[in-house]
Amino acid sequence: MAAAAGNESAVGRQYTTNPPRELPKRRGTELMLLAFAAVIVTTAFVLVQINQEQSLSWSILWYGGAYLAIFSAAHVAVRFWAPYADPLILPCVALLNGLGLVTIYRLDLAEAERARSLGQEFAGSAPRQVLFTVVALALFLAVLRMIRDHRTLTSYAYTAGLGGLVLLALPAMLPASLSEVNGAKVWIRLPGFSIQPGEFAKILLMIFFASFLVAKRDLFMTAGKRILGVELPRARDLGPIIIAAVVCLGILVFQRDLGTALLFFGITLMMLYVATERAIWVVVGLSMFLVGAFIAYQLFTHVQQRVTNWIDPLATYDDPGGGYQIAQGLFGLGTGGVFGTGLGAGRPEMVPAAHTDFITAAIGEEIGFVGLAAVLLVYLLLAMRGMRSALAVRDTFGKLLGGGLSFAIVMQVFVIVGGVTKLIPMTGVTTPFLSAGGSSLLANYILVALLLRISDTARRPQQQKPSGEAPQKQLAPIAEAHTVMVQRPPQPPAGGGPAVPASAEQQAPGQQPPGSQAPAQQPQAQQPQAQQPAPGQGQQPATPPQGQTPVPPTPQPAPHRASRPEPGKGQAPPQAAEQRPAGGQQAERPAPAGEPAWPTEESTDDEPHRAKGDDAT
Amino acid sequence: MNTPLRKVGMVMLAMLTLLLANTTYVQVVRGDDYASDSRNSRVLYEEYSRERGKIVSNEAGQVLAGVKPSNDNFNFLRTYRNGPMYAPVTGYYSIMYGAGGLENAEDAFLNGSDPRLFVRRLSDMVTGRDPRGGNVRLTIQPAVQQAAYEAMTENGYTGSVVAMNPKNGDILGMVSTPSYDPNRLASHDGDEQQQAWKQYSEAEGNPMLNRAVRETYPPGSTFKIVTTAAALENGMEPDASVTPDSEVTLPNTSTQLENYGGATCPGSTLKDALKYSCNTAFAEIAGDLGADKLRATAENFGIGQDDLQIPLGVVPSSLGELESEAALYQSGIGQRDVRLTPLQDALLAATVANDGMAMKPQLVKARLAPDLSTIEDIGKEELTGDPAMSAESAEALTQMMIQSEENTGGGGKNAELKIASKTGTAEHGSDPKNTPPHAWYTAFAPHDDPKIAVAVIVESGGNRGLAATGGTVAAEIARATISAGLGGG
Repeated sequence: MAAAAGNESAVGRQYTTNPPRELPKRRGTELMLLAFAAVIVTTAFVLVQINQEQSLSWSILWYGGAYLAIFSAAHVAVRFWAPYADPLILPCVALLNGLGLVTIYRLDLAEAERARSLGQEFAGSAPRQVLFTVVALALFLAVLRMIRDHRTLTSYAYTAGLGGLVLLALPAMLPASLSEVNGAKVWIRLPGFSIQPGEFAKILLMIFFASFLVAKRDLFMTAGKRILGVELPRARDLGPIIIAAVVCLGILVFQRDLGTALLFFGITLMMLYVATERAIWVVVGLSMFLVGAFIAYQLFTHVQQRVTNWIDPLATYDDPGGGYQIAQGLFGLGTGGVFGTGLGAGRPEMVPAAHTDFITAAIGEEIGFVGLAAVLLVYLLLAMRGMRSALAVRDTFGKLLGGGLSFAIVMQVFVIVGGVTKLIPMTGVTTPFLSAGGSSLLANYILVALLLRISDTARRPQQQKPSGEAPQKQLAPIAEAHTVMVQRPPQPPAGGGPAVPASAEQQAPGQQPPGSQAPAQQPQAQQPQAQQPAPGQGQQPATPPQGQTPVPPTPQPAPHRASRPEPGKGQAPPQAAEQRPAGGQQAERPAPAGEPAWPTEESTDDEPHRAKGDDAT
Repeated sequence: MNTPLRKVGMVMLAMLTLLLANTTYVQVVRGDDYASDSRNSRVLYEEYSRERGKIVSNEAGQVLAGVKPSNDNFNFLRTYRNGPMYAPVTGYYSIMYGAGGLENAEDAFLNGSDPRLFVRRLSDMVTGRDPRGGNVRLTIQPAVQQAAYEAMTENGYTGSVVAMNPKNGDILGMVSTPSYDPNRLASHDGDEQQQAWKQYSEAEGNPMLNRAVRETYPPGSTFKIVTTAAALENGMEPDASVTPDSEVTLPNTSTQLENYGGATCPGSTLKDALKYSCNTAFAEIAGDLGADKLRATAENFGIGQDDLQIPLGVVPSSLGELESEAALYQSGIGQRDVRLTPLQDALLAATVANDGMAMKPQLVKARLAPDLSTIEDIGKEELTGDPAMSAESAEALTQMMIQSEENTGGGGKNAELKIASKTGTAEHGSDPKNTPPHAWYTAFAPHDDPKIAVAVIVESGGNRGLAATGGTVAAEIARATISAGLGGG
């Protein structure tokens, strides 16, 4: 919300100065924060070396150099390709990734020591992790470079969906020798390296789902029967969530991967809820989850074991497959206490899988509760900045995808850290950016690239500074507005100059549902006079991606509204109200009155949706 | 769409808040519980990598157990000077097998966790020093320890020597053979530790058993000191006449109890009986005294005390049930169910030497801070608070023991040492007549100003087999020990 406020004020400023001023790009902030992250990571690295080896070795140059090079490249890429992107996202990632590297390197030292005492060869994970980071950076750059507008992704929605499903199902199809590691069939093992396709499937499926939901949004918002005052969704609309549940159950059964199943289900539920704005979906989803969890518990011994280990890992400490690992993790966390043992001075390597699933236990042991809490807050910051971008971006698809990606980070952190700290039963998923492992790192860098793209779009001012900006809250230059809209066909959303005019227009036509564009924007125009303009324009652009030229979309909305609950009239059923651009939204707004920024955006969002929906139908 | 997004944002916030709350619970609220769980070996590692305090001898402060920096994760390697010689004193400190002996008994102090070190730990924290353990100064005199150990090992004896200062209970030497090398158990090489442990636990003679305090033996004739003391305390005069018969029949049985070698006692007074160690006389004396009086005196020597810590735990010595007169007869000469630790046996002589008052044996002289300033001095302490006999009785007994020493053969005799002693040849096993007896010798010197009391046991007669006696096998070792103790002042 802070973001939104910022936006507003920025927009406000924009209008006050006559020659429109650009939004600050904030790249300098990003660079400073990156430098700050680099200082923290370097300090951590030095501490590890001092504590472990009692001296500094040349490896610091090699690791430090690689780290600096990677994030310098990322920063430069953002400067060129996403100059308006949120300045906090990349530093958060840099800090997490750097801490992950340091922790993995630190565990390597311990393992190497152990291997030496046993006379074995040892190959550390840290060099591989650096390599993975480089590859991840390449993907990051590619995504940033190739996807100049996240809305283009909607064109590939079904391709992404299919690809995601294939990737997800692949390990289950392959023979265990090619796909099973430690009991979980989630890998594709190739000579030399292995990948976990589920990590990539996660993003592909989110793209598909966001696009699909945006297109079919109206369907899901249609009310079903009312029972006891609750409007149930129609049975036939339950399709997607049932499919999601089945897919998750499939993961659970065929891949024995509780964590991924949980993650997917949570994300699906969240996106469905955001798209439809109906809490009933959450209720339905959670009930299905509870039923599914209960059935899984009854059917699968490995689920029962996880639950037993969760309830008291110390009791099953000595059992095969018992709570040893979780208990060791807790011992590590407890030994770390508030301030930790110091980097390199603890014994995090005693926890099995310390550099992958249990890396947060290692962090908690060596830098204590303080450090672990800081890491969790960095995740929160990262996700909240993503969420802020999602709120600020003007198109529905961007909102849904951005929100989904942000939520995915938190959900994953919750699942794994909750498991490590015995908040929930342990289910193996990686810790984003921290865990050793290429697939996770690669996928999460793609995720971040998409978030940056969305945030860039959200903050990017309109390219053509419409002359109409001068009028502030007054909707004076109506004529101009019109022209502007027609002029820009497939352009990304603009800062807001043109919007104003648009709204102005709308006001007039607003009362009647004419076929022109005006009706659509009308609501926005009314609400936040000054600020809204911008969003209004943004929406318009959203339509084009769907393949239509700017002009056609406008006409279409009109009929739709007609068909739906009456757009013009304020009081329609709740859902109808939502859909309705003008009256409905206004009615809703009062609630969020405190935050003026939101309403505007909301209204804008809805409109494009309709447009899309129309198209689809 | 922003309304649900914002709600999702709140949910995200709630999820991370939950995580933070739970992390707080795990790391802050329950942190100590997890950290101190017995299965959490991190604490152990932490302790092992701290600079452990030294164990030093009394004289000249020889470092018996110290640390030397190592380049591995443990930072410090525990090292022992003359490991096998001092093993019964120092114990061992092993990463895999824990600590034993004094290393275990004084662990809290040596590893620095003892509350008495707290203030110094704080100052270490403030000054940025790694925490260090406190040091322990022992009562051991290296010369005594070395003489005793070498005397035992030269002959390949299995047994134990305990030497103490009768005036204050300081243990001057404590030897148990065969011994083991704690350096091998302290090794940072896991294989070496395992091998050593396996070898020592399976070896014949059980080298890791500290015989001086953890094993009891039938004391044989050395126990006659207790019987005599009880007799003197109950009014018997040194010149009182006793039976010189070569054998007596145990009351209510047909079993005969013989003098050593079936000989008739060369004298018929109490003095002579002790001098010549006549079994028949002491059997009758014990029988006449009765169980209660004998036990009362024995208890004031420390026999039967079951909570003695020096600070090593000492297994209790005991008289047995004394259920019948026959049992009393046999117990009077230190057989039947009488069992003493070598330490207790040394206490017999020491008590006589200290005018009848038993002093509590002490192995630790002082506890020192890491900077060697004294934190605690261990003063002398009476063992039971009640004398085992009056000073007069002690003087009389001393005279008898001087006579006994004159009558005792064995090597290393030196009149200048002015020894008062008592030998013992204790039968044991299921076929006592055909099992080589334990050879005992307990003594103190100089008899006019006692400075050292010693007990020696050589299990199963050493190298003399059935012919072994306390005088021929054990006396020489004790005399060498006494000589070293007096020579060293």
